[in-house]
Amino acid sequence: MTNTWQDIKNANVVIVMGGNAAEAHPCGFKWVIEAKIENGAKLVVVDPRFTRTASVADLYAPIRPGTDIAFLSGLIRYLLEKDKIQHDYVRAFTNAGLIAKEEFGFQDGLFTGYNEETHSYDKSSWDYELDDQGFAKVDDTWQHPRCVINLLRKHVDRYTPEMVSRITGTPQDKFLQVCELLATTSEPDKALTSLFALGWTQHSIGAQNIRTMAMVQLLLGNIGVAGGGMNALRGHSNIQGLTDIGLLSNQMPGYMTLPSDKEATFNDYMKTRQFTPLRPGQISYWQNYRKFFVSFQKSIYGKAASAENNWAYDWLPKLDLPMYDIIRAFEMMNKGEINGYICQGFNPLQAFPDRGKIRRGLRKLKFLVTMDPLDTETSRFWEDFGPQNPSDAAAIQTEVFQLPTNCFAEENGSLVNSARWLQWHWKAAEPPGQARSDIWIMAGIFRRLKELYQKEGGAFSDALMNLSWNYADPASPDPEELAKEMNGRTLADITDPTTGAATLKAGQLLDSFAQLKDDGTTVSGCWIFTGCFTEKGNQMARRETTDPRDQGIAPGWAWAWPANRRILYNRASADLAGKAWNPKKPIIEWNGERWVGIDVPDMPPTAAPSAGVGPFIMNAEGLGRLFARATMAEGPFPEHYEPLESPAENVLHPKVRSNPAARVFADDRESFGAASDFPYVATTYRLTEHFHYWTKHALINAILQPEEFVEIGEELAKEKGIAQADWVKVSSKRGDVVCKAYVTKRIKPLMVDGKPTHVIGCPIHWGFTGQARKGYGANTLTPSVGDANTQTPEFKAFLVNVAKSNGPEV
Amino acid sequence: MTYPKGTIVRASALTRINHWLTAGCFVLLVLSGLAMFHPLLFWLSNLFGGGQWTRAVHPWIGCVLFVSYLGLIIQFWRDNLPGMGDVRWLAKINRVIVNDEEDVPEVSRFNAGQKLVFWGMAFLVPVLFFTGLTVWEVYFGAYTSIETQRVTLLIHSLCAIGAIILWMIHVYAAIWVSGSMRAMTQGYVTPGWAWRHHRLWLRRLVETNSRGPTPGANHDLGR
Amino acid sequence: MSDLQAQDFIRISATTLTPPTARNHEQEVAKLIDVSRCIGCKACQSACMEWNNLRPEVGHFEGSYDNPMDLEPSVWTLMRFAEWENEKGDLEWLIRKDGCMHCEDPGCLKACPAPGAIVQYANGIVDFISENCIGCGYCEKGCPFNIPRVSKVDHKSYKCTLCSDRVTVGLEPACVKACPTGAIMFGSKADMTEWAGERVDELKSRGFENAGLYDPPGVGGTHVMYVLQHADKPAIYAGLPEDPHISEFVGFWKGLIKPVALAGMAFTAAAAFLHWITVGPNTVDAEDDHHAEELIRSAKEKSA
Repeated sequence: MTNTWQDIKNANVVIVMGGNAAEAHPCGFKWVIEAKIENGAKLVVVDPRFTRTASVADLYAPIRPGTDIAFLSGLIRYLLEKDKIQHDYVRAFTNAGLIAKEEFGFQDGLFTGYNEETHSYDKSSWDYELDDQGFAKVDDTWQHPRCVINLLRKHVDRYTPEMVSRITGTPQDKFLQVCELLATTSEPDKALTSLFALGWTQHSIGAQNIRTMAMVQLLLGNIGVAGGGMNALRGHSNIQGLTDIGLLSNQMPGYMTLPSDKEATFNDYMKTRQFTPLRPGQISYWQNYRKFFVSFQKSIYGKAASAENNWAYDWLPKLDLPMYDIIRAFEMMNKGEINGYICQGFNPLQAFPDRGKIRRGLRKLKFLVTMDPLDTETSRFWEDFGPQNPSDAAAIQTEVFQLPTNCFAEENGSLVNSARWLQWHWKAAEPPGQARSDIWIMAGIFRRLKELYQKEGGAFSDALMNLSWNYADPASPDPEELAKEMNGRTLADITDPTTGAATLKAGQLLDSFAQLKDDGTTVSGCWIFTGCFTEKGNQMARRETTDPRDQGIAPGWAWAWPANRRILYNRASADLAGKAWNPKKPIIEWNGERWVGIDVPDMPPTAAPSAGVGPFIMNAEGLGRLFARATMAEGPFPEHYEPLESPAENVLHPKVRSNPAARVFADDRESFGAASDFPYVATTYRLTEHFHYWTKHALINAILQPEEFVEIGEELAKEKGIAQADWVKVSSKRGDVVCKAYVTKRIKPLMVDGKPTHVIGCPIHWGFTGQARKGYGANTLTPSVGDANTQTPEFKAFLVNVAKSNGPEV
Repeated sequence: MTYPKGTIVRASALTRINHWLTAGCFVLLVLSGLAMFHPLLFWLSNLFGGGQWTRAVHPWIGCVLFVSYLGLIIQFWRDNLPGMGDVRWLAKINRVIVNDEEDVPEVSRFNAGQKLVFWGMAFLVPVLFFTGLTVWEVYFGAYTSIETQRVTLLIHSLCAIGAIILWMIHVYAAIWVSGSMRAMTQGYVTPGWAWRHHRLWLRRLVETNSRGPTPGANHDLGR
Repeated sequence: MSDLQAQDFIRISATTLTPPTARNHEQEVAKLIDVSRCIGCKACQSACMEWNNLRPEVGHFEGSYDNPMDLEPSVWTLMRFAEWENEKGDLEWLIRKDGCMHCEDPGCLKACPAPGAIVQYANGIVDFISENCIGCGYCEKGCPFNIPRVSKVDHKSYKCTLCSDRVTVGLEPACVKACPTGAIMFGSKADMTEWAGERVDELKSRGFENAGLYDPPGVGGTHVMYVLQHADKPAIYAGLPEDPHISEFVGFWKGLIKPVALAGMAFTAAAAFLHWITVGPNTVDAEDDHHAEELIRSAKEKSA
């Protein structure tokens, strides 16, 4: 979230699209209700199904799964055409006036630089034209034909209301009603908040879905303001923490990235990380990348990382591929290229697409270690559970080690919520039986590995042998020790370069990442967390509820990264003179000397508005990007591409139907079905009664939603002779699910390009372990393809068939 | 079974057993039913071991009574068929009440009053049984709607009151008409009793040389 | 079972006596369920199960999100989901938390034959006192909202207690505590009615012309009230009764019939007694015996 949960109450319009906040985030959803009641806000829901969120919405519009970009591009076209954009904001805070390279272009569904063989782009043309000083050229009058706003105007021109309706199936009147309502927030003192989640990410064009909405928010002037923002509602407790800490194959803590094998030296690596400003006077905060990186290397390697060995750069793994994501991992498992798997806090047999492929991959492993508080399906993949998990255990040679871990309530620690708050929690109970903390297990594995290397030696053991491990109890590091390590400390006295006076003593915990050094005198395990555990104590454990303006910002409650800032880009909440766009809900304002207000300024506190520092300080140009430069895999502007499995042609450019930059493995492409065999669009989702595959282990949740089902519209049910609560078989090219049918008015056929298109909804919660009734799992049906940028699987749009059934065949 | 010499059999052993089974059930049903009917009488539930037992046992007794009363119907329905004599008897009811039966038409095995009790119960018992079933929560509660049960409960209560009043009349009549009680306990009446109260019945027995209880049975009148 | 003092009972089932009335200044409480804010998350159901330690069986999917499918002895509250298409043809998904309404004039209490099995506290809460319950199910007949359920295992009737145990010590009911959107509120009936008024005004401003408070006068008002978007059509909310009142059949059965029946029986007994002391027994006299013997003898002679 750019903003916070509480801040939602300041919105004038709330759009829930690409998510189902009431269903999946019922506790946070209270702030939407608060916005409605206390702020008279209107709630808009755009979703293939009439959801629980829609049940309290003022306006609902149906949409075909996987066509959000068409909808939102149509919205952008509407805003530009009706001139419903916040002009001053867009002109000053976005790259609307910057001029793109002449070579850049878009034709027949492809941007310039496409390589058909590699399914990827040479992105060199996706950039600004630079002047002699290396600054991007700009035309603030927006007259230049290649200034971003004009390119955007041209790009979205195809998305007329007729075209939007033709692609998305959304009735034109509903689409226009949504546009009209959202456009009202282009007033400087009105805000729209966008709440989204996996309904946008789990697409082959997931990242672009979100980008399109972010562009809408920039045009409406809603980023950085109270009640505005792009608010990703995180689906897992601490999934935000996972990304912050960089637990992804190509990431390091604090959104730093691992080197590729083309970056053989530290200098090569730094060249593409340490952005230089693209506009005069910009901050370009990633200029400090070296400080964050060196401090990180010092935290993991201690004395072993020094200026002489380039801070142990050589010990970092170098990626030969963009990433080793889970789809790729299972592809490799299936090919026998991965044969051991430590599966920590994850249940891929339920959670990852194409269950059959996951199962086949697991069967080929030599060993599988699962670490989980629950008896997961993955741990039991080898066992015969009847039709829901048929298996010939004798034929499987995988050795499975099931290590029971405690759950969060059985240990101290912190969780990062959607609003980036690090909230400390305290142990409430002892773990049952032999359950141990993940830390204890990981420490044990590390120590044993180290011993083995010591005894037996081995190729390139430096990266492991040199890890610093300074904990009071090396067998079980304390969560507080780890938190302090994340925060960082000084290794030597730090002196003020001008006065020479010592500002920080050696060994002192740091207050801010601004104190980090690239000379090896500071350590920090995750620079964005610096400030969470200082000499003043554990900032994450603070529970002060004082909210000075009653605006949902209580700076003394826990601690938010970065720098306890609650609303990102909050400089953009004030106009060019530093006065709040919405005087009733100011966040920070310029008082003539510095930025003051209820939040930590996202700006050097003394940088006067007249200095022209852009509010988006992480970007080299300091501006919000309507044109994404080379950061996205499939183009600097979002474009509608059909899901990999789709019932419709791409009416915009039939030759380029799906995401041209999508990575699809050959055998996965084989497993995609055609609309002739699988005519219905399916989508998967959560129900409020359950949390993924965990709560089916809890009796109360099992009672509240006991058995697997799919949702089918009344029209399709009638056509197929399916009665309420009948058994049905839902099939994709990858597998079948036999479950109950919920025949509902909440899903209506959509007219897509003149043809009625039916949508089938598949909740994901049931498996073969736990207290609920056994289910096949919706991931039996889903295709193994991910977003081109993140490889997040396309769970939200695929093709199936459905037929009446007699129940599971035993 | 032997009866004293010179007496007439009014009720066979089977009839008596059947009658007293019915009577016993009826009394228990009245007691348990009234306990659940009126707060003033809830104390009666103590006779059954408390409210739960009262509630549990009442329908089972009802079942026994229902079967038992069917037995009585089988035995008595023929003798209770109404006729013109009953109308004439009823016309003289004011004489019957004051024990002056001289001008009252002769009565066969049962007089019109008895027939009314019999047919009254023959109507009320099945109604009570079936309405009772609908509110027998444990086994049959699910088979009818609550709305239906509200009506059946009302009918059940009304019928029960009717049955209780009929039963009180029946009991009093047995006390009032001396010798009746013995007829249903030991099974016999004196010829004089029969002459006084059921003269036509006596004549038929005499004609068939029967000792009773029905003409043709026990051909040993006067032994 | 309640741990409230018996002096708090202002109504007691199956009694002919006047309950204690000295405590005449207790504030009436109410739970207000704002259907327009409810997202059907079932946190209330979950909290109810947790607080009251209820665990119905893991059921089946039976064609809606209603789970368990119905109220049961171990299901005291339940979200009921109704898909309704309004006049404009737009779908509305009406989600109502079902459970005891805690009527001011409780039909269950009226119908109950077991003294003290159902009581109403001075704060308005209607509670079932299990130790006095005889399991007859009359409460089910008395209830205009189809709420109580008699257990087939222990033959006791169960329903929402409005967490009388929590309310007694100044806490809100568990469902109220758990509701994430504030759709369930708890307080004095006066405050809740006032707040409902504000909510109704707000709903009207959003185009729900017939928004209103459901506090049905037919049962004297209720201590659980709903804010409805369409108060003119309560039936669309999974069959919320239009005009709930204690059924006339129950009223008659528990009203007029009781004294009339006792009077009828007393009258019959009295009449019999009067007859006995005025007319006396009808005994066989010697003349009857004589006539009878005559008859028998003549018959024997005839046959001989």
